[in-house]
Amino acid sequence: MGQAARRASAPVVTLHGVSIKLGTRQIQREMSFEVEEGELVAVLGPNGAGKSTLLKLLLGLVQPEAGRVEVLGRPPGRGNWGIGYVPQFRAIEAEGTLRTWDIVRFGLDGNRWGPGLPNKGRNARVDKVLEEVGATELARAPIGRLSGGERQRILIAQALLSDPRLLLLDEPLASLDIAHGQEIVALVRRICRTRGVTVLFVTHDINPLLADVDRVLYLANGRSAIGTPQEVITGETLSRLYGAAVEVVRALGRVFVVGAPI
Amino acid sequence: MIELLRYPFIVHALLTGVFVAAVAGPCGYILISRNLTFAGHALPNIGFAGAAGAVLVGVQPVYGLLAFSLAAGIGVGLVGNDLRERDITIGVLMTLALGVGFLFLSLYAGYAQRVYGILFGSILGISATEVLVTGVSAAVVLAGFLVLYRPLLFSTFDPASAEAQGVPIRLISVLFMIMVAVTVAISIQVMGALLVFTLLIGPAATVARCVRRPFMVLLGSAVLGIAYTVLGIALAALSGRLPVSFFVASLSFLVYVPVRLVTHGEA
Repeated sequence: MGQAARRASAPVVTLHGVSIKLGTRQIQREMSFEVEEGELVAVLGPNGAGKSTLLKLLLGLVQPEAGRVEVLGRPPGRGNWGIGYVPQFRAIEAEGTLRTWDIVRFGLDGNRWGPGLPNKGRNARVDKVLEEVGATELARAPIGRLSGGERQRILIAQALLSDPRLLLLDEPLASLDIAHGQEIVALVRRICRTRGVTVLFVTHDINPLLADVDRVLYLANGRSAIGTPQEVITGETLSRLYGAAVEVVRALGRVFVVGAPI
Repeated sequence: MIELLRYPFIVHALLTGVFVAAVAGPCGYILISRNLTFAGHALPNIGFAGAAGAVLVGVQPVYGLLAFSLAAGIGVGLVGNDLRERDITIGVLMTLALGVGFLFLSLYAGYAQRVYGILFGSILGISATEVLVTGVSAAVVLAGFLVLYRPLLFSTFDPASAEAQGVPIRLISVLFMIMVAVTVAISIQVMGALLVFTLLIGPAATVARCVRRPFMVLLGSAVLGIAYTVLGIALAALSGRLPVSFFVASLSFLVYVPVRLVTHGEA
């Protein structure tokens, strides 16, 4: 993926001077960045820095206090089917009884009125997306029986059914061990490359993604920085973000942020 | 048993029972899936207070019933999704309604039979007009299920994702609770306020343990509910004086227990 080729099209996400306030709490101040088509961007930062809020902002579920937000060339609005969204770990009701297949199917036309008559073409699309995430054999299993990694695949499949141009993943690695986390990262990278879809990947640990991300958006203390991991995850940049001395240690192909006030 | 059909009051009872059960079962499945079973218990009790109030002021009880259960239903639909908070709110409102209901009862000097009918059901005294009203109400609720089908299921089982995909989850919640309130109001004729819960939850709880596809659960709970009601009415008629609601509640329990034991470990 050449940067030049990507620059040719309009950015998928544009934030210009955006400030976000939740209640009385200032989450972000004057945040500006652009994300291009087909990029895989990790969104990093301590708890409460506004990672999930940023995704909700792009979905139109949270309004900015100030600044301009554009997603896929227009202001965010509810029901934007150009966006696939996998919320943070969530309770799926009646876990024991509902089939995986039905949960995934919601992603296809769950927001349309009416009963939706049986349709072979639509069913085939659900089967195809399950195959794409490697979960064909899970289709008939009750969602409650799935492991954390399997569940994450299913929820990604649901988000892919609307053929989104932007995929928002909120902490898909939470509560997964390293091996299963790596599988999810590999799946997301493959989806990103084959579909050319832009991905914002919220995570609290960059290491599982270090080799795969194009850029990193680091949020902390109401401020943000974006760039390649080498540019952003440095003692200098992070000290500026946190407003305190932070050191970055690189060892055995991994990075460790030391001294960051949580 | 076929001979029973010669009596118009039995035919009225059967028709009403079928209409009511056809919508109560599907409503119950969604209530269970939304963790709203307690609301399913509270709504009829709140409705009872409305009915008692209507009797007191000399209006048809069904209007008071409908007004109170609609208000309560809309309220439940609007209250947020925090389960504990919601159940406590519902509990407080329900006990207030019951207290007010008893007040209305004690103030009412007339014949208590009508109120008794609201509490325990009076299916064997239903007029042709009431049958028609019940049928139309049930048809409206069924139409609601058809129109809301996909967004209702999406927002029931995966609310976070549904909201992000533009499903108006608050509106769906309120519309569904209106459907439940109408269902409760018409079910009270059959089961009485104290036992409506049986018809709402019994069939759905049983079918949801055996079948996974949402459409089949909705259909199955309607069919099972109709079977309980028809059998209950027939048994009550054959027995002479024993109440229909007793038979429906017993059938529901007798089917649920073995199903629960056999499907041990599912769900």
